[in-house]
Amino acid sequence: MGYLDGFRVTFKKLFEERLTRDYSKHSTGGKRVKPVRLHGRHVLNRYEDGMEKCIGCELCAGVCPARCIYVRGADNPPDDPVSPGERYGYIYEINYLRCIHCDLCVEACPTEAITESKLFEFSFTNRNDAVYTKAELMVDDDGLPKRLPWEDWSDMGAVAPLTSAWMRATSPNGAAAFEGRVQWSGELGFGVRPPEQGQSVPEDEVDTTEADAIFSHPGEPGGHGADDAPGEHEARRDEGR
Amino acid sequence: MSALFALDPLLEGGIGLAEVLIVLLKTLVAFGLLLVGVILMIWFERKLISDFQNRVGPNKAGPWGLFQTLADGLKLIMKEDLIPAKADRRVFILAPFLSAVPAFVVFSVVPIGGAFTPEDDGVVRIFGHDTYMQLADPPIGVLLILACSSIAVYGVMLAGWSSGSKYSLLGAVRGTAQMVSYEAALALSVVVVVMLAGSLSTHDIVLSQSAAGYEIGSFGLPRWNIIATGLVPFVIFLIAGTAELNRPPFDLVEAEQELVGGFHTEYSSFRFALFYLAEFMNTITMSAIIVTLFLGGPAGPVLIGPGWLWGVVWFSLKLFVFLFIFVWVRATLPRFRYDQLMNIGWKALIPLALGWILLLGAINIGRDEDWNMGVVVGGSFAVLVLCWLLLTTAVDAAQRNRAAIDDDEEVPV
Repeated sequence: MGYLDGFRVTFKKLFEERLTRDYSKHSTGGKRVKPVRLHGRHVLNRYEDGMEKCIGCELCAGVCPARCIYVRGADNPPDDPVSPGERYGYIYEINYLRCIHCDLCVEACPTEAITESKLFEFSFTNRNDAVYTKAELMVDDDGLPKRLPWEDWSDMGAVAPLTSAWMRATSPNGAAAFEGRVQWSGELGFGVRPPEQGQSVPEDEVDTTEADAIFSHPGEPGGHGADDAPGEHEARRDEGR
Repeated sequence: MSALFALDPLLEGGIGLAEVLIVLLKTLVAFGLLLVGVILMIWFERKLISDFQNRVGPNKAGPWGLFQTLADGLKLIMKEDLIPAKADRRVFILAPFLSAVPAFVVFSVVPIGGAFTPEDDGVVRIFGHDTYMQLADPPIGVLLILACSSIAVYGVMLAGWSSGSKYSLLGAVRGTAQMVSYEAALALSVVVVVMLAGSLSTHDIVLSQSAAGYEIGSFGLPRWNIIATGLVPFVIFLIAGTAELNRPPFDLVEAEQELVGGFHTEYSSFRFALFYLAEFMNTITMSAIIVTLFLGGPAGPVLIGPGWLWGVVWFSLKLFVFLFIFVWVRATLPRFRYDQLMNIGWKALIPLALGWILLLGAINIGRDEDWNMGVVVGGSFAVLVLCWLLLTTAVDAAQRNRAAIDDDEEVPV
C-alpha cells in the first residue's frame, strides 16, 4: 500500500519518546549542561584579596572585532589601589548589542581579568541595559557574576564552575608533558580547576574529590543545592567522552 | 413560513412564547458548543499534529497549553486592524464574515443528540415540548449545507480579490476553482445518501440509518450509509470535503510556502481571526456532516440512563474520530500540485460519483421491480467499466491532441 505507508509512519510517531526538554522546568529535564567552550556574557575577575585584575591596558578593546568594548584606564590612587599594578580600569563597558562572543578579548587579556561566563540568556528591554558597565561586569565579593534582573541565572550552580572557556580551549590539553599539571590561575569564587588528565589515565580512575570540593559552592543562591555542581561536572565529562 | 420548519415537532402546534424561548436556548447552546468546540479543536489539532511530528506542541498557557487558543485570540484582537490602501474596502470588510457565518449556519442543521434507535426517533422533551436536538430541521437540510459551503467560496474569492495583492489574488483564484470543482463531487456523493433516505432533512437521514442493522451470520453491522451506499460515496465525500475545507493536502489556497498565506495574506487582527475561526469551525462542521450523512449521526445503542445523552455520546465519539483523521491526514500527506488537484476532482471523483449514483439507482429500481439482482448488478458494473474505459480513452486522446498542437515533440503517454 504505497500511498498509505505514510500514515503508518506518522502514527508510530505518536508513541515515540519526545527528545524535547521542557527548558523552563527542572522537573522535566531543565536546561542542558552547557558545553565547556560556550561563550557567554563576560565577567571582570578579581584576585582573592578583592583587588581587580583589570589594569586598563585596553588590549581587549583593541582586539575586539565588533568594537563593543570601551575601556578607560586610570592611575591607581596610591593610598587605596584598585588593582595591584600601576593602572586600573577606570571605565569598562561592553555593549551586548554588538558583542559577538568571539572571546578574542579573553585571549588578549594579559591578566585574565576578563573571562566569559556561561550566561547567554539575557534579554534587555532598553539600550541602557544592553551596555554593561564595570559595576555590572565585575564579580561580586564571592567571585560570582552579578545576577542582573534581566538575566536568567537559574542554573547558576551548574554553570559557575565552567567560567573561563578560553583557558580550556588553548591549554596544551592532552600533551604528555602537561599531564596532571594545573594549567590555569585561580579566579575568585571559581577557584582552581583540576588539572586535565591525559589520555593515558582512564576516566573513572581520575581522582576528582579535591576538584569537586572546590567546585561546589555551599549556599548557592541559584536554586541548586551545594552538591549539584560536582554532579553536573561528572555528567559533563561523561557527555564529552 | 411554518412549512419551512414543519419537520420539527416543536413548531407544529403554532408558535408561542415558549417555542421562541426554546429555539433561542437551542441557538445559544449550538453557538456556544461550536465556539468552545473550535477553541478545543485548535488546541487539539496543534497538540496532535505535534505528536505526529515528534514535537511537544503548545504547553505553556494553562494546563497542557489549553489556553493557548484564548491567548492567540486575544493577541489577534489586540493587533492593528490593517486595510491595505489598494484594497476594495467594503468587500474587504465583508469577506471574513462571508467565510465565518456559513460555518455557523451549517452546524444548525446537524443533529447532535437524541435517542436514535430502531424503536426511538430522536425526539426529546424540553420543558414539556417535543423537539429535536438540532437547531433547525428544514426539509432542505442537505441543500442548505451545500449552499452554505458554496457561499463560503465567496469569502475566499472576495477576500483575495479585494486585497489588492497578487498573492492574495492567486490564492483566491486557486481556491475558487478548487472549491467549485470539488463541490460537484461533494454534491454528487450526497445524492446517493439522499436517494437511500428519501429525504433531504438531516433528521430523516439519521433516522433512516438508525433502523435495525444488517445481520451477516452472527455478526451485526449497523445500517449506516457508509455501508448501505457501499463505501465509495463516503470516500469521495471525505476527499471532496477535505478539498472543500482547504485543509492539507488540498491547502493550495493558503499554501504558505508559495503564496504567503494566500487569500488572507493582507488580513490581520479580528478579520484574520474570523478566517482562522471559520477554517477550524468548518473542520468541525464538515466532520459533523460526514458523521450525520454516513455514520448515523447520534444513532447508536442506548445502554443505561437517558437516551438523548447516549446520542450525544455517540455523536461526539464519531465526530472525534473524524477530527483525528483530518489531523492525521494533515500530518501525513504533502500538498497536491494544482493540476493533480484538478485531475483528481474532474477525472476521478466526479465520474466515479456519477457512476455510483447510476449503479445504486439501478439496484434500487431492480429491487422495486423484482428483477434478477445478479443481472442488474453485473450489467451495471459492465456499463460502468465501459464508461470508464471510454473516459480514459477520451482523456488520452485529448492529451495527445493538445501535445500535438503545442509542439512536435513526442506524445506523452
